[in-house]
Amino acid sequence: MNRTRALIKKITWSIFTILFVIVLNFFLFRVLPGDPARAGIRDPRLKKEAVEMLRVRFGLDKQVINCFESLNPIKVGSCTVNPLDTQFFIYARNLLQGELGISYHTNRPVADVLAERLWNTVLLIGAGQILSIIIGVVFGVFAAWKARTSIDYVAVITSLMAWSLPTFWLAIILLFWGSNNGLPLAGKASPGSSALPLLQQWVDIARHMILPTLTYTIVYMGEYTLIMRSSLMDVLSEDYILTAKAKGLSTFQILKDHALKNAMLPLVTVIAINLGFTVAGAIQIEAVIFLARAGQRDF
Amino acid sequence: MPGRPTVEKDRGEAQINPTKRTVLEVQNLSINYISEGKPPARAVENVSFTLKEGELIGLVGESGCGKTTLMLSLLRLLPSAGQIVDGKVFFNGKDLTTISEKELNKIRWKEISIVFQGAMNALNPVRTVGDQIAEAITKHMPDFPKDKIQGRVIELLDLVGIAADHKEHYPHQYSGGMRQRAMIAMALACNPQVIIADEPTTALDVMIQAQILELLDNLRKKLGLAIVFVTHDLGVVAEICDKVLVMYGGVTAEYADVDTIYNSARHPYTQELLKAFPDLTKPKKKLSSIPGYPPRLDALPDGCRFAPRCPVAIARCHTEQPMLHKLGDMHIASCHLVEASK
Repeated sequence: MNRTRALIKKITWSIFTILFVIVLNFFLFRVLPGDPARAGIRDPRLKKEAVEMLRVRFGLDKQVINCFESLNPIKVGSCTVNPLDTQFFIYARNLLQGELGISYHTNRPVADVLAERLWNTVLLIGAGQILSIIIGVVFGVFAAWKARTSIDYVAVITSLMAWSLPTFWLAIILLFWGSNNGLPLAGKASPGSSALPLLQQWVDIARHMILPTLTYTIVYMGEYTLIMRSSLMDVLSEDYILTAKAKGLSTFQILKDHALKNAMLPLVTVIAINLGFTVAGAIQIEAVIFLARAGQRDF
Repeated sequence: MPGRPTVEKDRGEAQINPTKRTVLEVQNLSINYISEGKPPARAVENVSFTLKEGELIGLVGESGCGKTTLMLSLLRLLPSAGQIVDGKVFFNGKDLTTISEKELNKIRWKEISIVFQGAMNALNPVRTVGDQIAEAITKHMPDFPKDKIQGRVIELLDLVGIAADHKEHYPHQYSGGMRQRAMIAMALACNPQVIIADEPTTALDVMIQAQILELLDNLRKKLGLAIVFVTHDLGVVAEICDKVLVMYGGVTAEYADVDTIYNSARHPYTQELLKAFPDLTKPKKKLSSIPGYPPRLDALPDGCRFAPRCPVAIARCHTEQPMLHKLGDMHIASCHLVEASK
């Protein structure tokens, strides 16, 4: 009951956030100087009629919203226009239908451009995150459990080093290692691999993913290990852990039933924050191990 | 002690009874806290007591005199720095200081449970109270019918005056007193033979305190539960304890049955403690206090640990540690003056 209510609250808030972002982004680009049609096609030889046609193509001939012809420079227009026939509401309606429009830059549907690149990023981040979370949590738990022993020191030093390595540098080092071991260094699949049977295609993609995923995993594993270790050590010094011990629970049971859940809280927060950052682009990894991914889209 | 209410003789079946079985026997227990580069801190030294079925022993002393350390050491729950350096703890003939951790885990909570001081943090904040009580049952009584566990949890909560619908609540939804009582309910979950209660009533108001004391008293009469009761409150001691162990600075000051402690205490520390306790028959009398502080464990005096604060200390007290002197069947005091008058 409580959980459902909390969930509904969260979802409602995220809807509001998304709405806010949509409204903000829409008007931001209308307030900023420069006509998208002009900015996109930087060719002074274009005729006025051609530009006008482009404006029609991108829907820029319509009023921005009721009462405003344009926002930069501010031009007051008619307030009696059908609101559904203004740029803002057409944009909102298209969004709802999953129609993202046409890119000013590439003149191709935005959805297509995103899809081909987002898939790569999601693969990289998904595999990297899952691996680094698993390894980080396991290392962190061991380090905290065996605190101040050699296991702990090894885990902490390794993690600190992994976390403080510059990502691009680690990627370069791994490229050297990869080239010595015959791993593919760039691209998402070998040329012509689409002719192969499905299984071999997957193996090929997996081989191409090894280096970027490894880079990603090493860096984030360090962070997760350190957070897990310190958080679990805090929890293990709590009174309720003493209670659990007095209850005759084994060390494993104490870790599993009383410590882990409580110690995961800070980690979950950081993972969520990292996901936000990384979906926006694992730029450095992608820049070194050349792959066309969404990250470079924003670069 | 003239003017002090004498403790009633009639204490029912709980009266110290030689035919009763000894459940817990602590022999010459010494505990050091070890830290690198420093001499070990002698937190508890040479403490002994026995506890029989249905008995209630009061562990009395100022803060920092080793009560909690002693109590935790009985089940080897001390942090790794706290080490038992000498002595034995016998539970039904088994030495708890030497058995394996696995064997000890079968005794923890099943046979000896603990009510911790300040139950505020002693319950896990992310699990419901009912769940935590049920955990103790499923852990130690694997044969307990699964469908009856929830009923048992409700019964236990009812025993300490918590309504059944609080079972599904989290500790933060409980008041301080309720958490303390939930802790007691949890301690009773497996029908243990011994309960170690570390100041279980300090956080409670007087009404609840009286209820809890009555509950514990009933349980030991009904089930033969033996209780180690750690407390500051001499009034509580007089009310329910059979024996009293007075500790000072980690050592036994005096150990005797409750009548002897209240009526013919021999150790100056016990006498001073009793003077610091309000006397209802002389309401105008000013309460006395013992000047000074308990000794720091890293700077223990050479002689008797109480000597610097003792109103009747003689020269010898400052140089030589007193032995434990047996004054009667059930009366031990560690004081040079006792020896002199013997």
